[in-house]
Amino acid sequence: MAIITYREALNQALAEEMERDENVFLMGEEVGLYNGAYKVSKGLLDRFGELRIVDTPITELGFAGLGVGAAMVGLRPVIEFMTHNFAMLAWDQVFNSAAKVYYMSEGQFNCPIVFRGPSGAAIQLSAQHSQALESTYSHFPGLKVCIPSTPADAKGLLKAAIRDNDPVVFLEGEMLYAMKGEVPDEPDFIVPLGVADVKREGTDVSIITHGKMVHTCLQAAAKMEKDGISAEIVDLRSLRPLDMEAILRSVHKTNRVIYAEEGWPYVGIGAQIVDMIQSEAFDMLDAPVGRVTQADVPMPYAKQLEKLAKPSVERIIAACDAVLYR
Amino acid sequence: MAKSKTALQNAEEKPSSDSNGLDGLDKAKLHTMLYQMLLGRRFEEKTAEAYAIGKIGGFCHLYIGQEAVTIGAFAALRPDDYVISAYREHVQALSKGVTPRAVMAELFGKADGCSGGKGGSMHLYSKEHNFMGGWGIVGGQIPLATGFGWAIKYRGEDRVCLCFMGEAAVNQGAFHESLNMAALWKLPVIFIVENNRFGMGTAWERASSLYDISQKASAYDMPSAVADGMDVMHMRSVVAEAVERARTEKTPTLIEARCYRFMGHSMSDPVHGVYRTKEEVEQHKEKDPIRRFIDQIKEVGLLTEEELQEVDARVHREVDDAAEFADAAPEPGPEALYRNVYASGDVNGRLYFDGRDRT
Repeated sequence: MAIITYREALNQALAEEMERDENVFLMGEEVGLYNGAYKVSKGLLDRFGELRIVDTPITELGFAGLGVGAAMVGLRPVIEFMTHNFAMLAWDQVFNSAAKVYYMSEGQFNCPIVFRGPSGAAIQLSAQHSQALESTYSHFPGLKVCIPSTPADAKGLLKAAIRDNDPVVFLEGEMLYAMKGEVPDEPDFIVPLGVADVKREGTDVSIITHGKMVHTCLQAAAKMEKDGISAEIVDLRSLRPLDMEAILRSVHKTNRVIYAEEGWPYVGIGAQIVDMIQSEAFDMLDAPVGRVTQADVPMPYAKQLEKLAKPSVERIIAACDAVLYR
Repeated sequence: MAKSKTALQNAEEKPSSDSNGLDGLDKAKLHTMLYQMLLGRRFEEKTAEAYAIGKIGGFCHLYIGQEAVTIGAFAALRPDDYVISAYREHVQALSKGVTPRAVMAELFGKADGCSGGKGGSMHLYSKEHNFMGGWGIVGGQIPLATGFGWAIKYRGEDRVCLCFMGEAAVNQGAFHESLNMAALWKLPVIFIVENNRFGMGTAWERASSLYDISQKASAYDMPSAVADGMDVMHMRSVVAEAVERARTEKTPTLIEARCYRFMGHSMSDPVHGVYRTKEEVEQHKEKDPIRRFIDQIKEVGLLTEEELQEVDARVHREVDDAAEFADAAPEPGPEALYRNVYASGDVNGRLYFDGRDRT
């Protein structure tokens, strides 16, 4: 297994799938000549040419819709949003066209498209550039949503997303692009959608999470271990489809659960998961399920305020302590 | 003015390409066009009746008065060309070859409808006929058309895509973004703006700083034309020129088709009263595109009264048959509710959160 970065893993996934299927093309702002705003598409223009690595004007609604149309007639577009914050301009095409055309046409037109790009907060980018949008995307039937936390998951999930016959929203971590990790070399390595991954085994408390919060949770778990607490971390990897069975397995194991996510609390992913846990495993719980989220405010710029707004190792530990009655 | 604007700048000044204005089309082709126009008219009349007695629900937008735009444009197409439209699209689906039965059954919300009863009036689809819908958000279909154009270019085909929209869609960002991409990347898409004068109840001059829609093409260095949307032959010739250019030079075109809707915006909107007068509507009805076409081909001896009666009788029979078929067709059963939400629905984990796939 090679050790590569998250961005290299995404690059490999794109290159391998484009090699494998001539219907796959990448379109977005700065993906070609500039090699990608985050260098995910580095070298791909030289390798695949201008028809398959397509630089667009700044016109998110336009090129997202172009992708949906192309997908309806059998191409497999990968649409890169420079960030998912900008994808909001394209949401009519994502929610009203891509998510619904298969249903509205009673199965005549499917839409095999991937909408990918970074999501969530980085550092001091303030309110319009620091948003975790997965709960919004996950709300719409017809879409699939995945959010990898490691280089291996990034590669395996992107390959699965490109091969999927439905529209997949693919949320990358802006702060993860430089992260290194082991990635299997086999060309047919994929991580199927809808399969969670236990990133850390534990027995005392379950931390269910997704995306880059996995790493904050791992840090929290390492600290808690010093206090003799064994935390299990379940990385959902896909939010729709959802591996609820993996969540329930962990609940049955520890009987104490928190959900940690980057997004806002109200109608967040955690709210849904808590509802499902109480309805399906009420008797297994030794404490009400806890939640850790971003503060319920637009993300501020000032360092100190931003730190207060973001979910932190300390808040994760505090939430675990609460369900452990410590 | 766009430097590449075609000679057909003004509908009022349009030249005729041959002496009788019929562009050398043979009798069979002219009769097909007449049949399609009459079918569209009678179908929409039947639709209004069915709506009035509650057989059709939801929003329903009729095309009466605008038939020449579609039938003229389609006379320049091949069956493998793509057509996409907004939500006033019944007649476009019919003219692309979807059967009256399949369209009417869809309006009735029946399983035999062309969208299985899932779409209704605003979302008619037929992959078989390259009829790409049927879209309900004003302007939302325009970027999709560039996607079909992109796929044509990607595969090196010589098909084209016609993209219909109402004039009110022109003010949406999707219009601007799509025309820019189509011109920039040379996509074979013909954007046909059906200017029926009103975006629901708002007259065009109350909605746009620029009256002449075709001039907007100059912003994209795109060829453009104004067509008389009440004249089926003029529509055909303007669209044929654009189609030829799209097939050979891969160039998009913006066409403004000036027309008029004889009915209200939707079934809940009266024909006149609030935003237009009865006199105005009556005045435009004088220019009924079907009557005009009938007179035109009769005058040159290519249609007799008997032939006209035969076509009309056939159309009446087909429309009655469609309504009877739709009425008798089965409703989609409960098993249809979760069908075709996902193409790859057989996945790990749960796709639905209402308890359906709880294990």
